[in-house]
Amino acid sequence: MSAPALAKDLLGIEHLSAEQIRLVLDTAEPFKEVSERAIKKVPTLRGKTIVNLFYESSTRTRTSFEFAEKRLSADTVNIAASGSSIEKGENLVDTARNLEAMRIDMVVIRHPASGAAEFLAKRIRSNVINAGDGMHEHPTQAFLDLLTIRDRLGKIEGAKVCICGDILHSRVARSNIWGLLKLGAEVAVCGPRSLLPRGIESLGVRVFRRIDEAIQWADVLNVLRLQLERMQAGFIPSLREYNRVFGVTVERLARAPRKTLILHPGPMNRGVEIDSLVADGPQSVILDQVTNGVAVRMAVLYLLAGGNPERAEAAKGGAE
Amino acid sequence: MTPAGQRSALLDARAITRALDHMAVGITELAGKDGANELMLVGIQRRGVELADRLSALIASRTGAPVSRGALDITLYRDDLATVGPKPLVGETRIPGDLSGKCVVIVDDVLYTGRTIRAALDELADFGRPARIGLAVLIDRGGRELPIHADVVGKAVTAGPGDRVDVLLTEVDGRDAVELVTGGGA
Amino acid sequence: MKPIVLRGARVIDPSQSHDGVTDVLIEDGKIAAFGRGATRDGAEVIDVSGKVVTPGLIDIHVHLREPGREDVETVATGARAAAAGGFTAVCAMPNTDPVTDNQAAVGFIVKQAEAAGASRVYPIGAISLGSKGQQLAEFGEMVGAGAVAVSDDGKPVVSSHLMRTALEYAQTFGIPVADHCEDPTLFHGGCMHEGVVSARMGLRGIPSASEEIMVARDLLLAELTGGHIHLCHMSTRGSVELIRRAKERGVRVTAEATPHHFTLTDSACLGYNTNAKMNPPLREDPDVAAIRAAIKDGTIDVIASDHAPHHYDAKEREFDDAPFGIVGLETALGLGLTELVRGGVLTLPELVRRMTTEPARVFGLPGGTLKPGSPADVSVFDPEVRWSVDAGAFQSKSRNTPFAGRELWGRVERTIVGGKSVYAR
Repeated sequence: MSAPALAKDLLGIEHLSAEQIRLVLDTAEPFKEVSERAIKKVPTLRGKTIVNLFYESSTRTRTSFEFAEKRLSADTVNIAASGSSIEKGENLVDTARNLEAMRIDMVVIRHPASGAAEFLAKRIRSNVINAGDGMHEHPTQAFLDLLTIRDRLGKIEGAKVCICGDILHSRVARSNIWGLLKLGAEVAVCGPRSLLPRGIESLGVRVFRRIDEAIQWADVLNVLRLQLERMQAGFIPSLREYNRVFGVTVERLARAPRKTLILHPGPMNRGVEIDSLVADGPQSVILDQVTNGVAVRMAVLYLLAGGNPERAEAAKGGAE
Repeated sequence: MTPAGQRSALLDARAITRALDHMAVGITELAGKDGANELMLVGIQRRGVELADRLSALIASRTGAPVSRGALDITLYRDDLATVGPKPLVGETRIPGDLSGKCVVIVDDVLYTGRTIRAALDELADFGRPARIGLAVLIDRGGRELPIHADVVGKAVTAGPGDRVDVLLTEVDGRDAVELVTGGGA
Repeated sequence: MKPIVLRGARVIDPSQSHDGVTDVLIEDGKIAAFGRGATRDGAEVIDVSGKVVTPGLIDIHVHLREPGREDVETVATGARAAAAGGFTAVCAMPNTDPVTDNQAAVGFIVKQAEAAGASRVYPIGAISLGSKGQQLAEFGEMVGAGAVAVSDDGKPVVSSHLMRTALEYAQTFGIPVADHCEDPTLFHGGCMHEGVVSARMGLRGIPSASEEIMVARDLLLAELTGGHIHLCHMSTRGSVELIRRAKERGVRVTAEATPHHFTLTDSACLGYNTNAKMNPPLREDPDVAAIRAAIKDGTIDVIASDHAPHHYDAKEREFDDAPFGIVGLETALGLGLTELVRGGVLTLPELVRRMTTEPARVFGLPGGTLKPGSPADVSVFDPEVRWSVDAGAFQSKSRNTPFAGRELWGRVERTIVGGKSVYAR
């Protein structure tokens, strides 16, 4: 039996095995310690060049990746859509091929189109890490959520996790659903039906129409950010009503049969999907998520790095 | 010629115990050279950690003072990561307190090319500036590729480049033994 | 031009309910005789035994991109692609740039087709000026210049009033009004069928209801006006059911389906395959089954390709940003033979009927028959040959097909237009 490994790229959770997900989570553990050192740097990726290609603005994810890369001693370049050749109309393939011509090793890509990371991965030799593609997947966010839940509950298997809010437009929701299901959690979603994808039940999740029912059931609530644009697009009438009907409040949590763990991928709309007292309260693990984010990203970078799949493949064959 | 994969015993459990006793003495002497410097044993993952535990107990029973211990996983400092796949699992690194001014003795099961120790030295440097770093190994099998030598050796053996030396410890493997696997690869 | 005798083939002519081995004599651009031993002194005898001879295939729904995007297709390359696909006539949709919404623009297409000398190209005029959905185009002038139908295809006719008047006004000229059925407010930036696959892929979906709402409306308006509505590229089981019921109560409706909609489902989009991005989108298994059943029972009258060429750059990009549509002229017959005939849905004569006699009837075109005296538009193919789709070998300028590498049965051997071979292997 060969040891689990990741493929050339990390594009999503849907096509990973439970063993591969566990590998990432287990690998993240020792990386937590690296960030606690006085010198928060190991030479693992010395000489590797990583491009953070961000077609959407993102403070948290980009910063987290950048810390992860720097703590592994990689050389990093950040490219944002504005003020670059992207803004001048260069298409994704040309941008990527030009970067690759500069002999890079890895690309971390955030893009508004679903499938953009896979598209890129099929066309360049460098390792590609999906840092969020459209409404599709955000695998490193799922890893950090899984790690945070595992840290707190001891295991994922059997945990009841409800993802709340705008599932329809959420890559975080999709990646979390796949990851949780593969590790044996029970998964539910809760939100207005206008923000749930049709056919969501077929993925193996249950649907709660009311947040109170979800709170009664769940060990963990993963509260998603409600994009303000959804109101203009006619999916919900107002943020005020959203908060009244779906907001996670102290009063609602107080009626839970257990201490519900509260996750939020950020950035939060305080007073919309989550009340400040909940976000800042003792059940919130939102800052643990951020800390774990750096560790899981270090783990992913470490596991993918190498840039030499043929030799890696040969080495793997030799071990069998 | 011995067929490939054939195992032969180098040390049995009693011989390991004797070797460790001998090493405990050697380490105490090594630390003694630096007078007042506090001794710390740092075991290299995975079996070096267990050996450091045993050695610290032996030293403590001799000197009457507890010996601090750490664990080091050198994977992230390896010089061949770009070519290995799948990536090795990374174990725990645990260095209690500041290393500055201490006498640190790295403990490992087998000394071979010296590359692991090179990585360990680099990693330790990121944790502080010890007064002195020593090296204690249960088995020195020769075959160095770097200018590194052990200060304390349990037993020196001769193994060919194609052979493998397996150190088995009760804590990990259920029994104590050192075996030579002919043609088993390093 | 020397007379031609096609000798020894299985001749299938649904217009004469004929299916059997016989000979066809072509002279002066017309079918001169039909029957065993038909010949003429000095005729070129072509032995086509073992092959199938049919009236020339007709594709009533293609996009030839000229004028405007001559880099992806022209009338000439489209007409050659048609010939290579066994089609002797195609109907060109008016969503060119500028839109074919006037007499001169229609005349231009006719002139380009004549110059190309390949398959016939019949223009379809726009329903509204610029296909903007506001003011009716001059149907009469366009018909005078050669238009055979009107359509704003590529876009739906949003205004029910405009559709009503188009259905009424078209009756003067005896032409059908062809609609691209889609409720644009339900479309909502969708890029594939809304279902489980779109939910997994995180792509905005186009619900089946988006098509069905417009189908229902068009049927009601056809019933109201007595006009002839032709529904393009039907893709859902709901649409099929609406049409079936409308036909039962005598509404003047005809409908077409494409080879991709009777072959593929939305799972073809997996991997963000932009060559599986089309509008209407690929639907689900029950929809494919319903389309097949509707072709069988005649609820869907015609198979049409919706040939939609695009530059490879346009498809070589993120799924959201890639254009809708695939080329279809050179795979339509093979897909029909493979999926429908070998798939047990239709007999070979039934397939031929949906690709010859029926399209001719629906759009009132000459052709679709081998009766003596009719234009000598003839297709010859070998249904027993298996071939692999090689997009690089297409006569079309574009390569955007989801069928590349697919094994298909039935290879086109010869295409004859007006007595002249415009394609021969």
